[in-house]
Amino acid sequence: MTMISMKGTAGQIISSILVTVFLAGSLIAILEIEDQRELGICVAVIAVLSFIMPRLGILRSAEQAGAHHPWAVRSIILIGFFSVLLILRDNNFALLMIATILIYATVCLGITIQTGYAGLFNFAGAAFLGTGGYTAAMLGNVTWLPDAVTIILGGIIAAALGTLLILPVLRTRGHYAALTTLAFGVLFNGFLEANELLGGPQGLKVPGIQMFGWDFSNDLAIGSYTFSFYANYVLLIGAIFAVFMMFTRFVERSWIGIWLDAVRLDEIAASVFGLKVSVWKSFAFIAGNFLAGVMGAVYAKMTAFIAPANFTFGDSLLLVAIVLLGGIGNRWGVLIATMIVILLPEKLQFIQEYRLLLFSCVIIMLLMVRPAGLLARRVRVFEELR
Amino acid sequence: MVAQSNDVIPLVASGLSVKFGGLLALNELNIEVRRGEVLGLIGPNGSGKTTFFNVISGIYAASAGKVLLDGQDITTLKPYQIAAHGLARTFQRSRLCLSLSVFDNLMLGAVRRLNSGLWYNLLRRDRLAVDVRSAAEEARDLLAVFNPDLAGKLWEPAISLGMIDRRRLEICRALIGRPKIVLLDEPSAGMTHDETNQLMNEILEVRQNLGNLTIVIVEHEMGLIERATDRCVVLNYGKKICEGKYADIAADPLVREAYLGKS
Repeated sequence: MTMISMKGTAGQIISSILVTVFLAGSLIAILEIEDQRELGICVAVIAVLSFIMPRLGILRSAEQAGAHHPWAVRSIILIGFFSVLLILRDNNFALLMIATILIYATVCLGITIQTGYAGLFNFAGAAFLGTGGYTAAMLGNVTWLPDAVTIILGGIIAAALGTLLILPVLRTRGHYAALTTLAFGVLFNGFLEANELLGGPQGLKVPGIQMFGWDFSNDLAIGSYTFSFYANYVLLIGAIFAVFMMFTRFVERSWIGIWLDAVRLDEIAASVFGLKVSVWKSFAFIAGNFLAGVMGAVYAKMTAFIAPANFTFGDSLLLVAIVLLGGIGNRWGVLIATMIVILLPEKLQFIQEYRLLLFSCVIIMLLMVRPAGLLARRVRVFEELR
Repeated sequence: MVAQSNDVIPLVASGLSVKFGGLLALNELNIEVRRGEVLGLIGPNGSGKTTFFNVISGIYAASAGKVLLDGQDITTLKPYQIAAHGLARTFQRSRLCLSLSVFDNLMLGAVRRLNSGLWYNLLRRDRLAVDVRSAAEEARDLLAVFNPDLAGKLWEPAISLGMIDRRRLEICRALIGRPKIVLLDEPSAGMTHDETNQLMNEILEVRQNLGNLTIVIVEHEMGLIERATDRCVVLNYGKKICEGKYADIAADPLVREAYLGKS
């Protein structure tokens, strides 16, 4: 195999197109194929391809394209995203899956800021997602409030709740801080189950989104194509995800990114050189929970119904698992890991009740082969900053 | 900020004591560091040298006594506040962030000069890019004084550096924030005699470029102390037993006793 063409601008752009086509193609194939045998073959082919691609230097080359030609790569990703949407336009299940992937990936971006950058473990991701969701549900009756405001409020309330939690988190260290969030995650679920006002175990209905004078429960017609109403949500969620991806990148590639890393790696050195450790930990915790809360509100409005069972401790664990699998601190790793973690157990029906077992084995094997996660985080390089 | 007039003593410790349980690690210590001097802090293992640095930089709390930095009382301040007053240090055991780049590690030393504002960092990317470029330029210049090769490794992870380059990086990290006073804790630890000599030459060269930077240095390598310091303070069991020029303290019977025991 030759790699000569993968260097230089043209090679980089071609590589990023290849990677985008590969991801979009895999996503479409997995979502569209119903036959379980074909699906099994398809997953195997994808696994082999994703084993080969990094060895041809395509991944590295695509990564450099992202550094040197960010807008070209963003356009390619956007075209890929819209192509997927177009092909899956009338497949309700597929669109719901894509929306779910993007929602989980966003929460994991928040955990990336908290755990990956500031070193603050958060075992209550689902609780903050739920806080946003229940905020949207409670504000559902307040009809004069624009939905955009409701969604942002979801983020703010989640961040505010996190601010209360940060006090005990800051007073503890390492595993104990993790334990504090863990306890909160479990408490949150118990609180929802017991609270009559919040619907108890039955949960609450949530009205859908109306934005820009458009009711999101209508099918979307563009030219001669008709999109399922889920496409509305996928577009909105995709846009929010893109903004938060940029936000996370900007945090990492800035002085603040260095401060957060220093706080994670050596608190004493960080404080001796003038960083107020508690401020930066709080910043990471609040920012991360804001992302989760925003997506929680959108999630509730999309599914039209939320219950405590959507935000269990198990879901929080899943979120942490995604971040570990993707490679702690790597934003794209988070997206790819979310695809695997959401799609595989959902689609691998043929192994029936063994699918969770098999899925867990796959994750363990992946982490044995790549202990740093699917895409390990790279050393920060500022030269590409623009 | 207090005007940095020459009659204010940059660092004064008076009656400084630190207790760990029943152990008196520092016992009513009085030390004055004069502006622009290199003060050597020596003494046998466990005599309180590093403890002194840890109290000054705010890592340990003093049990009694006072620390004045440029005339301001910093005894009860937290490490990050003391750093803002212009104190920087290195550590006996390397405290680099090994997975971060050389540049990242250096910038940690420049915290007090860089803008940590959210608006600036997240939304004024154009200005940030300009600042990063000039910071990188400055970082290269500083590293080049120590080792031109090191300047070329700005974006390499610190873990890829050899022992002496890591030590250089730590010292550069302490210097790049343009501190008023620098505490160097055993810069020669883990290095050969020749490497130590080389490193000391580099430190003295940089110091000249930076004007009259005040340095306190803890060191076991006596050749280095003799060559580099203007004055020495000798500690034993947390007490100051002697103070003066290296030649004088080396001849002092109390110092000989502390190092070699009673004959």
